[in-house]
Amino acid sequence: MLIKLDISAVQRTTLGEYGLRFLLGGLIPVITGVIARRYGPTVAGLFLAFPAILPAAATLIEKHERQKKETHGLYGEVRGRGAAALDAAGAAMGSVGLLGFAGTIWHFVSHHAAPLVLIAATVTWAVVSLSVWMIRRYRRWLRVQSPDH
Amino acid sequence: VGGLLVSIFAILGDTIKPKSLAGLFGAAPSVALATLGLTVAKDGPYMASTEGRSMVAGAVALCLYSLTAVFLLMRWRLRAAPSAIVSLVIWFAAAFGLWFVFLR
Repeated sequence: MLIKLDISAVQRTTLGEYGLRFLLGGLIPVITGVIARRYGPTVAGLFLAFPAILPAAATLIEKHERQKKETHGLYGEVRGRGAAALDAAGAAMGSVGLLGFAGTIWHFVSHHAAPLVLIAATVTWAVVSLSVWMIRRYRRWLRVQSPDH
Repeated sequence: VGGLLVSIFAILGDTIKPKSLAGLFGAAPSVALATLGLTVAKDGPYMASTEGRSMVAGAVALCLYSLTAVFLLMRWRLRAAPSAIVSLVIWFAAAFGLWFVFLR
């Protein structure tokens, strides 16, 4: 399957759902700051990879996929669960990229200009995550092509 | 800033297909970017570096969390919300386990 942009997906998400993500995104840095003050940066750093948004995102994806099926009069339970699982599998691959992000920050931020290191770390996340995703796709493609399949 | 970054990554995740690729944005460093930016500005780069080191453990925990969520969804056929919430136990166990062994 080719990589595509489906702009209509933006319209399926309600303003309240975007609001929830915005709120969570704003809340976590505040909570991390409080944890850093109370327990120090080694504990606070753990929460930079806390799955704060994932539960909300997975629930929304499941709901949207189920609704899409149900508008056609079909049972959408399995489709919704499958979509949520695919999203979580993607997050697992993204978290490998997050390792690269964290490692870049850890090694370079105290010796180089912070804005540049933050940009480099984000690029590292994107490159590593995308590479893991492409390797997985390639391996699946090879499996499908093999004569034993 | 954190809310804005999370929203941008969330919109990207909503619009990109296939779903497994969109899922990458579930582990986007949106919150980390906002928090580390604030840490550098307020407490300096050494504090940010220490947080980055701990974030490595957090990222390993996030990977285990996501794989657990996949397992609960596909094998145990739980719905998304309970799967995501139950998997948090794995995140806390892995993150604080690694912290206790390597970072304490």
